[in-house]
Amino acid sequence: MITNIIRIIKYGLKNFLRNGWLSVATVVVMLLALSFFLFLIVFRFITISTLDSVRDKIDISVYFIESAPEDEIIRIQKSLEGLEQVKSVEYISKDEALERFKNRHTNDAAAQALEELDDNPFLPSINVKAYDPSDYSNIASYLENDSFKSIIEKVTFAQNQIVIERLTAIIENVNRGGLFLTLILAVVAVLVAFNTIWLAMYSNKEEIGIMRLVGATNSYIRGPYIVEGIVYGIIAAILSILIAGPFILFIDPWIAKITPEIDLKIYFFSNILILTLYQLIFGIALGAISSFIAIRKYMRV
Amino acid sequence: MIAFHNVYKSYNGSYSASEALRGVTFKIQPNEFVSLVGKSGAGKSTLIKLLIGEEKPTKGRVVLGSYEVNKLSNSEMPKLRKHIGVIFQDFRLLANKTAYENVAFALEVAGASQQEIDEFVPQVLDMVGLDERMYNFPHELSGGERQRVAIARAMVHRPEVIVADEPTGNLDPFNTWEIIKLLVKINELGTTVILATHDKEVINSLSKRVITLDKGVVVRDEENGKFTLI
Repeated sequence: MITNIIRIIKYGLKNFLRNGWLSVATVVVMLLALSFFLFLIVFRFITISTLDSVRDKIDISVYFIESAPEDEIIRIQKSLEGLEQVKSVEYISKDEALERFKNRHTNDAAAQALEELDDNPFLPSINVKAYDPSDYSNIASYLENDSFKSIIEKVTFAQNQIVIERLTAIIENVNRGGLFLTLILAVVAVLVAFNTIWLAMYSNKEEIGIMRLVGATNSYIRGPYIVEGIVYGIIAAILSILIAGPFILFIDPWIAKITPEIDLKIYFFSNILILTLYQLIFGIALGAISSFIAIRKYMRV
Repeated sequence: MIAFHNVYKSYNGSYSASEALRGVTFKIQPNEFVSLVGKSGAGKSTLIKLLIGEEKPTKGRVVLGSYEVNKLSNSEMPKLRKHIGVIFQDFRLLANKTAYENVAFALEVAGASQQEIDEFVPQVLDMVGLDERMYNFPHELSGGERQRVAIARAMVHRPEVIVADEPTGNLDPFNTWEIIKLLVKINELGTTVILATHDKEVINSLSKRVITLDKGVVVRDEENGKFTLI
């Protein structure tokens, strides 16, 4: 049994080496499929991170009338925090708002204009962030409540409603479309790789018949071809990671320009082990299953 | 012992079925050397395909030792084929294995140990005169050398029967005699040999049993037979 396994592995490796250009061509196609798979993983990371950062920027601000007592505002803050859709609530007092404004505009005309005023023109406000952008309309209507209404000056949701709703729709569509596209393209990559292995095995059709006539069992014939398929997968997986490394370093500055929140370089290199594992699993499964199915067809002599 | 009992084989063509064998019956005893002769299309190759289980008869029984070949399933074939060595006109060597590996393969599938392989393969290759070319690939060998590799492969696992289907069909007269001499030698060592051929000189010089087929029927079966087509 063990002798047989050793022989099967030995012949699988020998077949791989002796097939020469056929092996190279098959590895190249597998490499393309696996690189594509890797690209889809990275692309998904970029879109999800971008969408998260966009989502994070959406919020609604509730401005209170100047005379609103602080404990009332804190009561509203607490009650908002009690809502399950709400991720965070930040209270910005009059003084804090002034301070933030000054920090943002140190030397420009707006700062000078502010100097002219004796009074602090800012209103106290609270900033509400939800887990899901589609919940903002619920939160806004919650604030319409009569017990809050008397001290609320305005809620920005009404002004930003169209923008928020449109962004929410875009986020949802990009997410859904991205997943769909990923699935379609992954299927195409798998079919191309599968077909290539099928063709590589087709060239061995006659050999399989001979082995059967010499008295080899199905598993003894199939074994080396599956080993060969696995070798294709392993080499293509390792190459895909080796090629992706420099490529990521190359495109990282461009990605950083488009979405500064994403550090593709750090994402890739800190996840390199798990990405390599994914590639190996995908490559080995693709190689072994394709060989298995392709060979089965020629085993009926 | 090998026995064909009232064997029929027909092939379904696009327009009509053609009968390759019609009621073939004969027996071959252990250690016999039997030649199958007949024109092209007489049914020689079909008969061999049925014997090695490459095809199944339409009707009748094919027996080899304790095996009823016509009843074996696909997964039981390897067991039968361990008792037979087959030699074909087109050699059918594994192209990406060396002469040594081609011969060793037959032993490996028969479950031989590495020690046995290391011992027997060089011996058999030496016997067929290929001890110096054992690490060459089939495409690096001449036709006669390839056929000798095929013979070495067919005999290395010491089968009870060696079946040769037109083994000299692609060879020049010199190599033809070399191959026939080898088959006779193998037979003398105690193996049944079945040789399908239409080489008149070979048959006449052998002076062994000859079964003559014509249009799928056995028309003559003689000890010390000669090559006579109807």
